Amino acid sequence: MAKFLVRRLLSYLVLIFLASSIAYLIAATTLSPRAYFEQQQPPPSDQAIERQLDKLNLNPETPLAERYATWVAGVAVGDFGQTITDQSVNEAIARKAGVSLRLIVAGTVIGATLGVAMGAYAAVRQYGRFDRVTTVAAFFLLAVPAVVVAVTLQVIAVWINDVSGMRLLEYGGEYSANLDAGFWGTLLDRVQHAILPTMALSLSLFAAFSRYQRNMMLDVLGSDFVRTAMAKGLTRRAAMIKHALRTALIPTITYFTFTFGILIANATFTEKIFGWHGMGAWVVDSISTQDVNAVAAVTFFMAVCVMAASFLSDVLYAWLDPRVRVS
Amino acid sequence: MSATSGTAAAEQEQTGAARGPDGVEPPVLEVRDLEVSFPGGRGNAGVTAVRGVSYEVRRGEILGIVGESGSGKSVSSLAAIGLLPDYAQVKGSIRLHGEELLGLDDRTMARKRGHAISMVFQDPLSGLTPVYTVGDQVAEAVRVHNPQISRAAAHKRAVELLTLVGIPDAERRQRSFPHEFSGGMRQRVMIAIAIANDPDVIICDEPTTALDVTIQAQILEVLKAAQRETGAAIVMITHDLGVVAGLVDRVQVMYAGRLVETGTVDDVYYRTRMPYTMGLLGSVPRLDQDEKSPLIPIKGNPPSLTDMPPGCPFAPRCPIAVEACDAGEPPLEQVGGEGHRAACIRAGEIESNSWTAHDVYPVSEIAHDPVSQVPREDRGTVLRVEGLAKHHPLMRGALFKRRVGTVYAVDGLSFDIREGETLGLVGESGCGKSSTLMEILSLDKPQQGTVEVLGKESGRLSNRERFDVRRDVQVVFQDPMSSLDPRMRVFEIIAEPLRTHGYAKDRIRSRVLELMELVGLDGSAVTRSPAEFSGGQRQRIGIARALALEPKLLVLDEPVSALDVSIQAGVINLLEELKARLGLSYLFVAHDLSVVRHIADRVAVMYLGKIVEIGDVQSIYRRPTHPYTKALLSAIPLPDPEKERRREHIVLQGDLPNPADPPSGCRFRTRCQKFAVLSEDDRSACREREPELRHRVEGAADQAAACHYADTEGSR
Repeated sequence: MAKFLVRRLLSYLVLIFLASSIAYLIAATTLSPRAYFEQQQPPPSDQAIERQLDKLNLNPETPLAERYATWVAGVAVGDFGQTITDQSVNEAIARKAGVSLRLIVAGTVIGATLGVAMGAYAAVRQYGRFDRVTTVAAFFLLAVPAVVVAVTLQVIAVWINDVSGMRLLEYGGEYSANLDAGFWGTLLDRVQHAILPTMALSLSLFAAFSRYQRNMMLDVLGSDFVRTAMAKGLTRRAAMIKHALRTALIPTITYFTFTFGILIANATFTEKIFGWHGMGAWVVDSISTQDVNAVAAVTFFMAVCVMAASFLSDVLYAWLDPRVRVS
Repeated sequence: MSATSGTAAAEQEQTGAARGPDGVEPPVLEVRDLEVSFPGGRGNAGVTAVRGVSYEVRRGEILGIVGESGSGKSVSSLAAIGLLPDYAQVKGSIRLHGEELLGLDDRTMARKRGHAISMVFQDPLSGLTPVYTVGDQVAEAVRVHNPQISRAAAHKRAVELLTLVGIPDAERRQRSFPHEFSGGMRQRVMIAIAIANDPDVIICDEPTTALDVTIQAQILEVLKAAQRETGAAIVMITHDLGVVAGLVDRVQVMYAGRLVETGTVDDVYYRTRMPYTMGLLGSVPRLDQDEKSPLIPIKGNPPSLTDMPPGCPFAPRCPIAVEACDAGEPPLEQVGGEGHRAACIRAGEIESNSWTAHDVYPVSEIAHDPVSQVPREDRGTVLRVEGLAKHHPLMRGALFKRRVGTVYAVDGLSFDIREGETLGLVGESGCGKSSTLMEILSLDKPQQGTVEVLGKESGRLSNRERFDVRRDVQVVFQDPMSSLDPRMRVFEIIAEPLRTHGYAKDRIRSRVLELMELVGLDGSAVTRSPAEFSGGQRQRIGIARALALEPKLLVLDEPVSALDVSIQAGVINLLEELKARLGLSYLFVAHDLSVVRHIADRVAVMYLGKIVEIGDVQSIYRRPTHPYTKALLSAIPLPDPEKERRREHIVLQGDLPNPADPPSGCRFRTRCQKFAVLSEDDRSACREREPELRHRVEGAADQAAACHYADTEGSR
């Protein structure tokens, strides 16, 4: 089993390298850093631009292969180069990655758990009121783009704040600036800021997972082994959780890998809309500032996230389905 | 009282179970006027699956409930253990030790399930949760009723239970997952779970239906052992009248959700009073009758439970129905012996005239096949198979596949089929029967050996010739539910081969109607879709499709094993009639040896990809010489209680060996009952040399066996 996971891990490393290389090559050929410098006020001299471009390894006059080699050599020793404003990409990653990870991890855990739980319960109560309500909700969320969901949440937050007359929910930034309220006060402030973006992210995940888990659960509900478990003396509820849900979770784990990519794309919008300075917001800004190194670095980060997610699901799969372990 | 209940009575004395005031022990499980209905909705009519069923079982007693699919036998037992879906409406009374079970909430009922009353289900392959080890699943049954027991103690008990049900090396194998066990082994695990808490009642719902006969014999032994161990009452639900005959004390026959005849086994089998029971008994092909007589098919189909006729539900199919039968449903009344009751208004007449099945049911004589008069050697060869082999490579690895072994699915098979002849190919599942069929049907060059269809060798044909040969070789599949396209009308289904082979348009219509009539279906039904037909009718459609092109050879892959016995008899009779009328040859693959005996002229017994015995039906069934053939024949229970009780079954040990790693020398030696009693010197021949298939018996021209120590004189 360990051998299997190590082999998987190695192939993931190759994939991460390929993904970020391709991202670098595309960014390096399509973005135009020169244009960024030329439109500065006052416009710098041609030599100054040239110097700056060379310094940042962004000069389109340098052959692509050479620029790529320089970039790879940097990445190999853990240096992603400089941003277009000549700051360390590494430092920016260190600052922003945590923001994105907090959002993604919380969103994933909440969305997936809720989706699985509600989907499974809806299947047990098929065609019941709970099932009908979650079905309608899930399809609604699936049909509406994440952006619209996020903006709608903001509108609702404004309304709630107005009605209650307090700033219960925050919808801009990750925390209030210059707040001095001790540990608990800071934590509360962070939570107030985090509720809406996390919800925006987890709602679409919840929708997808609840539908998928409901179908998987329906497949096993009527199966003979659930009946055997009940014939043993387990209550219906215990048989559902220990035998039906446990078995129905296995395909959902694979599904998780597929949805994770979409989740990261959604995280980008969410960060942008709620003013969080994470990796997602950064990549959007970097594209508009023609920042090749930043784009490549963010792609690398996202590839690592996706691969980490699929590695996690490999581990979970092996844990949930012992048949993989024995054969 | 039968033999089995004798031992049970002795046990009652030992255990000194509580007795009622009149000295009669109170029943453990008592079901009164049970009614189960499933309400309809969304345009579907409601279904009443069980309509007033009453029965009781006492300690140590085995009660058999017999019926065809849809008779309500499973539903009534699921009601007893409280596993019906929520929307089922259950009325009446079910008492366990006098305590009413109906209306108990899930939590209270769960405490009884698996503790006082437990159940063994039909399909062991899907009955165990795939993600837990078998040891865990048995231990769970122990722990759920004894929460104070430690995990280690529960596992110790699980190992004991697994040993009890005959899992070899249980200590190690309890850590296996269900998919590492064969079907028979999984059923043993299911029985271990059922007896984990010494239940008072064990309900067995078709526990051996999904298993091979040799494994069925093993499982029945395990059930008997389990009953000895727990002293429980057993309710045995089955459609197989043979299984019931030797095992149970009392038997109940169900039809359309009601009991139609109940009594001791001997009463019901020998003094049958209900025409339906007679039909059931007469429709089973028998191994114990030498005389080949046509089976008794019960015409028609069971009534739809949504729309019951007012009178006796069996009246529309009953050959002796009179007008009074339609007036009202006959009650279950005492006929003859103690406890023998039947629901038939003519039961008295049947008794006084001592009618038997053959008096009640009109038996059609099957036309004699003119070809069968010609000696076998003088008939042309339709199919010749020489040294046929099919080996599947076993591959490992995801990206770079490497061969790690070979599955010897078919390994050197030789036989031939003459004109107008039926060859039965029998063996346990996994022995290579179906692989053989597919190799023959593919008409491709086999890996080894030759297949010659009507004198043309497979693999040496041009595409055009191959297309023409297909016309002469047609196939009928096992499952009539999935072998017909549900989106096509019957007309299209039967016409498809005709169109493919370029029949003139105007002739197609008349040919389809002709075929419908040939297989005994109404020609006006061709516009319907397969879903509107019952299983037996669908199989007839499948046969009509196969016959459309007037083939010479019909390959039948378990054509009746998915059908109920009464329906099965009709299809078998039809096949026999068609063979005689059209001069067909059949290659008939089946696992049911009694069916094969009934229909085949010659039979080949397969074991692990090889034929171990081949010959004419009379010789093989009367005087089997190979130990495997003997074991197979011995494992089939006879629907005759007295004979069945007197019989000694040969119970083969273990499962079919892995076909990727067959034993050296004789492949059967690992399970052979003869090998077990041989001296060490004699055994070396079995280990080292593979026995060849040759004549062993003096005087039997057409019988060959592959065994070094095959019987040479004619004895059974």
